[in-house]
Amino acid sequence: MTTVRDLLILLISSSLVSNVVLSQFLGLCPFLGVSRKTNTAAGMGVAVIFVITLASAVAGGIYQYVLTPLGIEYLQTIVFILVIAALVQFVEMFLKKFIPSLYQALGVYLPLITTNCAVLGVALTNVQKEYGILTGIVNGFGTAVGFTVAIIILAGIREKIAYNDIPRPFRGMPIVLLTAGLMAIAFCGFSGLL
Amino acid sequence: MNRAGERLYNGLVKENPTFVLMLGMCPTLAVTTSAMNGLGMGLTTLAVLAMSNLFISALRKIIPDRVRIPAFIVIIASFVTVVQLLLEAYLNDLNKALGVYIPLIVVNCIILGRAESFAYSNPPIASLFDGIGMGLGFTVALTCIGALRELLGAGEIFGYHVMPESYTPIGIFVLAPGAFFVLAGLTALQNYAKEAGARKGKDVSKIGSGCSEDCMNCSVSGCGKRKIGDEEAAGRTSDPGKQSVPEKPEKAADREGSR
Repeated sequence: MTTVRDLLILLISSSLVSNVVLSQFLGLCPFLGVSRKTNTAAGMGVAVIFVITLASAVAGGIYQYVLTPLGIEYLQTIVFILVIAALVQFVEMFLKKFIPSLYQALGVYLPLITTNCAVLGVALTNVQKEYGILTGIVNGFGTAVGFTVAIIILAGIREKIAYNDIPRPFRGMPIVLLTAGLMAIAFCGFSGLL
Repeated sequence: MNRAGERLYNGLVKENPTFVLMLGMCPTLAVTTSAMNGLGMGLTTLAVLAMSNLFISALRKIIPDRVRIPAFIVIIASFVTVVQLLLEAYLNDLNKALGVYIPLIVVNCIILGRAESFAYSNPPIASLFDGIGMGLGFTVALTCIGALRELLGAGEIFGYHVMPESYTPIGIFVLAPGAFFVLAGLTALQNYAKEAGARKGKDVSKIGSGCSEDCMNCSVSGCGKRKIGDEEAAGRTSDPGKQSVPEKPEKAADREGSR
């Protein structure tokens, strides 16, 4: 039985302690690519929260009610990736038609997310750790929140370092990676939380 | 046969996926905690890459152009599943060490990138060797990075103690932050090589710069187009980046410096 306490612990551990980008290296592409400005980073973060939470619910449901009864759990990788791609496409169409204002805000980020290995990673982790659907959703939500926190912090730092005098070979990506490394050290400190 | 050799050389040196093209950075960072893990991941990717290239190339006349990306993904995911089951059966320790990163080979930029840019327009044998070459390049790179991290972080290579007793291992290099530091050093070296090459008038356009161009590199090689069907998506993928970069930080820094 999962209690509310367990779920809260899971939320903290998935968002801060084992942060998805800084300790598991999933979703590095958008993390490094869309972190030049805080507001775009925040937009990306919200879109990721939305998609990962939804995807872990759908993937969890499919695993439990379709794959397991049929005894074809080994097809999970194929099924999950197709489901996620279709889901993102569907969400995009749905938002475009019914909630245009939200589509305006998130639209550009949605196609980027299909390619985000964090989404597939969370769906697979949920299955590997044998989480139920509810636990899976909480884990997905926590992971996505962790991603959002990390990308917003990185964007804030990058806005500042853009004006620094950095040794020539370190300009661009290397300095961002060094920053991410230092952030990862800082996030190691969260392991004391649990 | 000459052609095959050329493909191998191309993948290992000229267009090394990690050191030159900078593709597939997620697994590169995540599994290189030791040389052994790097080697295992590299060989696993090699197997998937070679087989999927061979199959996609063999089926390239049958796959309709509009649905090629989903078709590629299904083929790649099938081979990943096969390889995963094989690892589980025969090399379970490696399977446990690599964990979720084995199924995540599906979303590795290198594989879809090669399918799109090489296998879909070339005959099967050349594609097979292209896959093997690229896979070997990836394996060598991962093993080197893994060995470096293991050496600095634990004083060992492949589990054998090589550093003198007086050496205190810098533990952080086998932890997550170390991966970022190693990659930072690597990209800095690459930037340096790129600049030096440009000064000598060499063609450096092939040298990528990781995800620094807002996943643009990835979208060129396939990631960005992973969306089912429409081409429009690929165009839009690059938008948020472009909007957010009115001015490159490097340029801003240049100007500061010249004042």
